[in-house]
Amino acid sequence: MKNVRADHYIISKIVKNNSRILDIGCADGQLLHLLEKEKKVSGQGIEIKHDKVETCLKKGLSVIEGDANKEIINYPEKSFDYVILSQTLQTVERPKWILNEILRIGKSAIISFPNFGHWLCRAQILFKGKMPVTNDLKLAWYDTQNIHLCTIRDFNNLILELDIQIDEKFGINKKKVLSFPFNLFSLNIFASHAVFLVSKRN
Amino acid sequence: MVSNKTNSNNIYNFEHTPNLVFDTSLKLENGSVLNKPTIAYQTYGELNHNKSNAILICHALTGDQYAAGTNPITLKLGWWNDMIGKDKVFDTNSYFIICTNVLGGCMGSTGPKSINPDTNNYFGNDFPEIGIQDMVNLQKKLIDHFGIEKLLCVVGGSMGGMQVLEWATKYSDRVKLAIPIATSYRHTAQNIAFHEVGRQAIKNDTNWINGNYIKNNTSPKKGLAAARMVAHITYMSEKSLSKKFGRNKKNLNPLSKIFEGNFEVENYLQYQGSSFVSRFDANSYLHLTRSMDRFDLSEKFNGKLEKVFRSNTCKWLIISFNSDWLFPTSESKRLVNALNANACNVSFVEIESDRGHDSFLLQIPRLYSILRGFLIGAKFK
Repeated sequence: MKNVRADHYIISKIVKNNSRILDIGCADGQLLHLLEKEKKVSGQGIEIKHDKVETCLKKGLSVIEGDANKEIINYPEKSFDYVILSQTLQTVERPKWILNEILRIGKSAIISFPNFGHWLCRAQILFKGKMPVTNDLKLAWYDTQNIHLCTIRDFNNLILELDIQIDEKFGINKKKVLSFPFNLFSLNIFASHAVFLVSKRN
Repeated sequence: MVSNKTNSNNIYNFEHTPNLVFDTSLKLENGSVLNKPTIAYQTYGELNHNKSNAILICHALTGDQYAAGTNPITLKLGWWNDMIGKDKVFDTNSYFIICTNVLGGCMGSTGPKSINPDTNNYFGNDFPEIGIQDMVNLQKKLIDHFGIEKLLCVVGGSMGGMQVLEWATKYSDRVKLAIPIATSYRHTAQNIAFHEVGRQAIKNDTNWINGNYIKNNTSPKKGLAAARMVAHITYMSEKSLSKKFGRNKKNLNPLSKIFEGNFEVENYLQYQGSSFVSRFDANSYLHLTRSMDRFDLSEKFNGKLEKVFRSNTCKWLIISFNSDWLFPTSESKRLVNALNANACNVSFVEIESDRGHDSFLLQIPRLYSILRGFLIGAKFK
């Protein structure tokens, strides 16, 4: 498990063996490949970029080329054990809609996103008066694909509003998983990145 | 317009080898029986000792078994010559490639122009109604003959794609990888309509003689050429026709007759029609278009396509082209959705090309790299 991205590592720990997985915005299939190897999952990805789709095919992964916003409506209910939205939520046009959709087609959803409430972001805005550029938010405001950035608290509030429950939450800082238990307040300050496991409230 | 130039290798007397004549009979889907059917085929590369490297390539409506190398009738290179061979996508260094002439065809497999072993006469109008299922069942006899338990891959475009769909659903345990390209699980009303125009053109040619033209030493060349012209338009896109011909005129001689066809696109279509009749049998054209029209994978499941793929274990790659209006991407997407509904192993790519339905026959770099990548990926599982 060396050289595995911290959020991928967390996801690989969450996912159960032999489950069926959809990775939305799977890029070159790194995570799917890891999950097939470590957890023997049956996985599928959705990816819009031509070259990345080809890389997935070369790795033997199943991938649907297209725009996730349009593709996911075609899947029937509960067709996956987990739907993964890794670093994608902040780039979609309608985050609220997509959260509902992924919990329609998946029994659970795993969402990872950069935390805009991290102390470094707060400091850059407070002291420099500029949009933050950090390791997790590498690009300047005019180059980034991130159109819906949020803090961990923002995300938490949205979840509460949507009749969704949080089953597990993890924080990442400097590419390492935050090991001791954080509450929402401290997580929102010290985690540069968050991973949530959520499901529909019964 | 229809030229009378004769090829030295006429389809009506050429012996297509290799071929295999089965001693048994083939029971057709409609209940009738074909005795001692023949299948003509070509192979490229070597079958490995555990017979695990066989790829079946299925040809389209007017294709044939000469997928690579020189076609002995047209003397042109095979329809997928750039795809098959040493170090090509279907690499003959590592794969054993099989391509058969379909049942009902006119290049050596049993078809309307064959001699009926029961009567020692041409089948002609007596040739039974066949379906895509029957083509696949005859191919399966050949695959059994080779002793191949599981095909590494079945691939084909258009009508070839329909055969892929039939193979990978009816005999899914005999197929590892399925690649249907630019195809559909059933024809739309528009698809059937275009085919019907072609069939009417043939049947209204006085030389068709109710399908018994061979006995009368003639053939409905004009009807078949017209059928091909209509069909050919459906294989291209408005954009590609405009790009190639626009409103260009060839002969600006004011004395030429009104309907002689001055537009370049007219001359092009006439050429397509006339070159087609020298290599294709009109009755085959009628039967094969009919079998495509009748094909419906969901028929046995009350139109519920999802049920077709229940517990299907093949690994699928579905490919469409954005300018293909004959088998548009939406048709491929229906297949993808039905496979997804069954948690099947499916990949899908829509390839950009402005060349229409015929794109699958053309050297489109992305088509080649996608297929190459998928075959590489399949080695890991």
